[in-house]
Amino acid sequence: MFELIRTNKRKSAGLIVVLGSLLIVLGYAIGLILSPDEPTLSYLFVLIGVVVWVVMLLTSLAGGEKILLSSARAREVKKADAPQLYNIVEEMCIASGLSTIPKVYIIDTPDPNAFAVGLKPERAAVAVTTGLMAKLNRDELQAVVAHEIAHIQNRDTLFMTLAGVTVGAVIILGDIFFRSMLFGGGRRRGGGGNNQGGAALMIIAVVMAILAPILARLLYFACSRQREYLADACAAQYTRYPEGLASALDKISRQATKHSGEIGKNKTLAPMYIINPLAARSRRAGWFSTHPPTEQRIKVLRSMGGDASLAAYEKAYQSIHGRKDAVLPPSARAATAATPTREAMENGGGKAGTRKQWREVQDLLHKVDHYAVLACACGMKIKLPPDYEESEVNCPRCHHQHVIPPELLAVGVLGAASGAK
Amino acid sequence: MEWIIVLVVVVALVLWVISLYNKLVRFRNQVRNAWSQIDVQLKRRHDLIPNLVETAKGYMKHERETFEAITQARAAAMGAQGPADAAKAESQLQGALSRFNLVVENYPELKANTNFLSLQEELTSTENKIGFARQFYNDQVMQFNNLIESVPTNIVAGMFQFTKSDFFEIEEPAEREVPKVSF
Repeated sequence: MFELIRTNKRKSAGLIVVLGSLLIVLGYAIGLILSPDEPTLSYLFVLIGVVVWVVMLLTSLAGGEKILLSSARAREVKKADAPQLYNIVEEMCIASGLSTIPKVYIIDTPDPNAFAVGLKPERAAVAVTTGLMAKLNRDELQAVVAHEIAHIQNRDTLFMTLAGVTVGAVIILGDIFFRSMLFGGGRRRGGGGNNQGGAALMIIAVVMAILAPILARLLYFACSRQREYLADACAAQYTRYPEGLASALDKISRQATKHSGEIGKNKTLAPMYIINPLAARSRRAGWFSTHPPTEQRIKVLRSMGGDASLAAYEKAYQSIHGRKDAVLPPSARAATAATPTREAMENGGGKAGTRKQWREVQDLLHKVDHYAVLACACGMKIKLPPDYEESEVNCPRCHHQHVIPPELLAVGVLGAASGAK
Repeated sequence: MEWIIVLVVVVALVLWVISLYNKLVRFRNQVRNAWSQIDVQLKRRHDLIPNLVETAKGYMKHERETFEAITQARAAAMGAQGPADAAKAESQLQGALSRFNLVVENYPELKANTNFLSLQEELTSTENKIGFARQFYNDQVMQFNNLIESVPTNIVAGMFQFTKSDFFEIEEPAEREVPKVSF
């Protein structure tokens, strides 16, 4: 597990170097195109690129987590507010060997989803939506939290921030170039390209300037997809229960197909969620998708064959994709022996089990009657009758005041109309 | 000329042994750290038990044996030394607690006590955490033991007397069996 983190760090550093040199090459190429006669000026664009990059980097290092969390409208909760969620986060920290417990945030939206941020485990945070807490059972919630903890433990949150910032700088530099080509580039070019070699160099430079931003993006997305698989593998290993994550992913993607939801509007955050809300519907992995198709992820998890180890995930992954490319570095694979999966924890046995069954039946009846369900952070699920008219409701347990999302009520009202017979 | 080659080989060999040694130390520290995590959770369980017993005693006047079994098992668990010993004592404590939970079912007033309920919830969550800490510890032990047994680290491990660590195995009590639900 710790070997995995070490390899991950090494790989990440390598990728950042590649992306950074892409940035420098792009800057140099742009300078060359715009002013072939003055070599000093070509370094100016390298400088611009680096300055943009450093500024973006410093911003994200200084308080990127806070910006992301507040842009998602997440609020921090303590153990007393959401005891079950908090316990699950603690459990997964222990299972993953994470030394500090990340902060826990809740986003008030019916869309089920979750993400993790944090450049260092000490500053990390896990955010889940109230919709996720309402729709998943304990095992599934645990699996989702495990996936997010895996992102923190594998330093994916750090890496994706750094890589994202570098790719962003490349894209901005490319933008600057195309704008200056539109406005002033034409005049200058008359003077340049006076010999054969210069023209060839110019063509190479133009090709570079066009390709670099695309290349940077492709690299970034390919890594992002690979990291998702890796986090899935780790989640299965932490929980010893791949089915939990599989059914959680299934539920989340089904919900996302019904209504894309408001969380998809935030384009910076979209790639960070456990399922990208913008691409939840896509069935194939495009070159430009941040996540592998959910169906594939579920299929891999479900064909692990009663073994929750990283090696079993790798085997399942290869048998499904029919390729030999690896999700995990060899050091991590070698270190894990077969680990049997466990049974579902949820039906706690005895009377608790029957009570839960009874509740499930009641929930089903409520659903048939078109009740709207609103999840409170304290774990209470508030059921609103279809003819409920107020725009706010107080949680009967913790007295937190909820504003009822309009789409929730709209569904309820529509349901009431069709259910009235 | 020859002595330079010999020197280079010797230096390379020494560096290699050092790196293997450091790897072993790193893994051993991970095992120790994982054990301390289990320890934290076990202590937590031990601390919760007196409260639980105190709260329950008022309601359960005729269950002296159950309480005695828990108290004794707790005392034994707190005195246990090392993973193997602790595992035995803890599985006994777990057995006593699950018997206690069965008995609790007969006392509806006790089950309505909010203080008792929150204690029980804490205890359940602690059991979960012990389970995950144990799982993590055993993973680390397995990796460490694999290193000690496999070539080439086994040579270095033998030179510096690294010994294999014990797994923390708890005999699965009946409470882990999940009743199958069918409709």
